[in-house]
Amino acid sequence: MRRQQVLVLYLKNSALDSGVAAWALYDGTGRKRHMSGDADEPPYGTGLAALEDGWRLIQASPLLDHGAGDEFRTGYLKYEFFFERLIEVE
Amino acid sequence: MLERLSSKQMASFAARGFLRFDGRVPLDVNEQFMDEAGGRNASNYAELMANSRIPEVPAGTGLMEAYANDTALGRLVRLPWVRGAIESLVGPGSLIDHHFLHVLMPSGEQATTQHTHQDSTIDPRLTFDVQIMYFPHEVTPEMGGTRYVPGTHLRVVSEMAVARYQNIAGQEHVVCPAGTLIFAHHGLWHGGGRNRSDRVRFMFKIRLNPTVRQERLWDTSDLSDADCAQRPIFHVKSRRDADHIHSILTRGERWFENDTGRIEYINRIRFWRFLLGDESFDADYWVTRVENEPLPAEQLGSLGNRSGNAPASSGN
Repeated sequence: MRRQQVLVLYLKNSALDSGVAAWALYDGTGRKRHMSGDADEPPYGTGLAALEDGWRLIQASPLLDHGAGDEFRTGYLKYEFFFERLIEVE
Repeated sequence: MLERLSSKQMASFAARGFLRFDGRVPLDVNEQFMDEAGGRNASNYAELMANSRIPEVPAGTGLMEAYANDTALGRLVRLPWVRGAIESLVGPGSLIDHHFLHVLMPSGEQATTQHTHQDSTIDPRLTFDVQIMYFPHEVTPEMGGTRYVPGTHLRVVSEMAVARYQNIAGQEHVVCPAGTLIFAHHGLWHGGGRNRSDRVRFMFKIRLNPTVRQERLWDTSDLSDADCAQRPIFHVKSRRDADHIHSILTRGERWFENDTGRIEYINRIRFWRFLLGDESFDADYWVTRVENEPLPAEQLGSLGNRSGNAPASSGN
């Protein structure tokens, strides 16, 4: 039986080998409950480092044009990369 | 005599979204507050509220009418440096939007932390409310003090929509002595921790609305022409003054993305223009560059900027 672990990295730009601005972890095995504010240093320095450790990239945010008149508005983090890893459980 | 904030403190507030004063509230005010809060030994929130002598306050009540002079909160908001900070940020005659006693019972390892969020709801104004966070007792690392993310306050997001960002580089956790105050812009992203200690944790928050235009309300006597003049940029031969207002407004946070970090500088500069009441202000040329349209707007027509619009005004 396999369960999914999900890693979300928010990178500094659209390149997968750029640095990490924010991150989240969700563990479908139930072994560990990750939560807001539980770590002050990211699990990887770049998205590429996560790939090298066995995480599979399953989604990357697209690059969107900037709406007219809205070019300077900042909101949500732009460079979101979802990774997964499948773990065997008993 | 009010002790108003300095220009450098205000610039830091504009850039990072908060000002923090550790251990500045007198011990006797903190002790009185703990007595009036009614919860030193409470086992649940209902019991605590039943014992509390902190008043219910209708939204929109004047700050100076809300708390009797001899109560802990009345004494707190009348401390010259507290009232000076309040008036520097939201001016005289500010109104209480709401206040709330945040209480975190000991939870062991089972509880989860609060998701990171921006308070209230989506709010794109330049006008801002201030949220005073009062920590009346020592907060140790085990007590799960409020987590906040410097520099997030100008992001236009919708409350808990940012909860997916479990951890953000540069986030800070309140660990502080008794009597600490944080004055936060209403947009600052934050969340509560979990209390793994054996003591109840208290934090009292007061949200204040301004009733006056927030322009030059602080002590501006330290401003000079040098704070508005442009400096050499990029090609510089010596370390620049880290305390210069331009440096304060263009200092990045660890979580800044490469491109939007620069847009944060632009938004900070526009916020500082709003606070100064000076639409010509710029720091290190970030806004001047993108506002440079040598043709008058009426002659630009469809030749205007590449979005097809006439150039935006310098306001945000």
